[in-house]
Amino acid sequence: MTGHYLNLFIKSIFIENLALAFFLGMCTFLAVSKKVKTAMGLGVAVVVVQTITVPTNNLIYNYLLKEGALSRFGFPDVDLTFLGLISYIGVIAAMVQILEMILDKYVPSLYNALGIFLPLITVNCAILGGSLFMVERDYSFPESVVYGFGSGVGWALAIVALAGIMEKLKYSNIPDGLRGLGITFITVGLMALGFLAFSGISL
Amino acid sequence: MSLKKTLFDPIFNNNPIALQVLGICSALAVTTKMETTLVMCMAVIIVTAFSNLFVSIIRNHIPSSIRIIVQMTIIASLVIVTDQVLKAFFYDVSKSLSVYVGLIITNCIVMGRAEGFAMQNGPGVSFLDGIGNGLGYSIVLIFVAFFRELLGSGKLFGFSILPLVNEGGFYNGNGLMLLAPSAFFLIGFFIWGLRTWKKDQVVGEK
Repeated sequence: MTGHYLNLFIKSIFIENLALAFFLGMCTFLAVSKKVKTAMGLGVAVVVVQTITVPTNNLIYNYLLKEGALSRFGFPDVDLTFLGLISYIGVIAAMVQILEMILDKYVPSLYNALGIFLPLITVNCAILGGSLFMVERDYSFPESVVYGFGSGVGWALAIVALAGIMEKLKYSNIPDGLRGLGITFITVGLMALGFLAFSGISL
Repeated sequence: MSLKKTLFDPIFNNNPIALQVLGICSALAVTTKMETTLVMCMAVIIVTAFSNLFVSIIRNHIPSSIRIIVQMTIIASLVIVTDQVLKAFFYDVSKSLSVYVGLIITNCIVMGRAEGFAMQNGPGVSFLDGIGNGLGYSIVLIFVAFFRELLGSGKLFGFSILPLVNEGGFYNGNGLMLLAPSAFFLIGFFIWGLRTWKKDQVVGEK
């Protein structure tokens, strides 16, 4: 049993890395990857939000939206899955807002460290993508906790690694047209190639 | 700004992916086949155009403190409609697009244009701006998809162009093109090409 969860954890970090295998959260990924320190802050924020929202959306999906989920209330035929998208994004926006308020009140140091990144996470595709993958693969509640945490860690790992590379790249002489976004893409491509080496591993 | 400029500027001069760094998330994932790519492009054009239109129509009535939520709701509703239409009429394509149709909600192009353009401009111009940015997004996607499908599986729209070796042809499919990294390389090269052509887009100093 533990093995199953451990396997899911490793899989969601390395093999199905949200950033490098599914291209999620790319916008922030490319914009915030200039310095390791800020990348680290964003990474932590994503891990926290992902670990909370994926299980929450799992509960919402299983107990409210899924076909037949409302039979307890006398609506056995109601299928609300089409409302999925709007409820997930609502949950994510609300969660981010609540988290922001809690951090501001009780852990101001972390709140200041995360700064602008926390609200930005609402529109990060990696977060919504995590919830959508959870629904598509029909994870149970404990699985969704593990998946949420694992995929967040995977994303954080990728952005910190990219930021590290970009810091070193500052000193290299890059062709004019390739400078900036172009070279970032090529670098990410090479990283994705590296992460491909993990595919097929299972515990 | 003239209407023509609003419509065509985003395609090369102010491309959302190559220059504004918006909407990259889904740009890479759906590009292994031309067919899915075209459907995705259509979906994005429609959602961007209409979300721009609706946001622009009610722009004077949205309190600025909750504007993000209002925009989000409009976009999410449009995406749900698109998703349902795709599921009803193009079931196979919608299966292969998997979660990426839903992810149009968080596609920064849609959000970015609603916030950056539609909030300040009239409905007609905003609608055109939405279409223009959708087209700019599409051109990058189609470029990437063209090379990925042609070099990866020797096909375009599912028709054989370069017959594969294991089907009795001469072309040995490049497996890397079907995997994630190739999309990054292709977009990188696209940006390189675009910036070599349009020198003013080059960033940073020597």
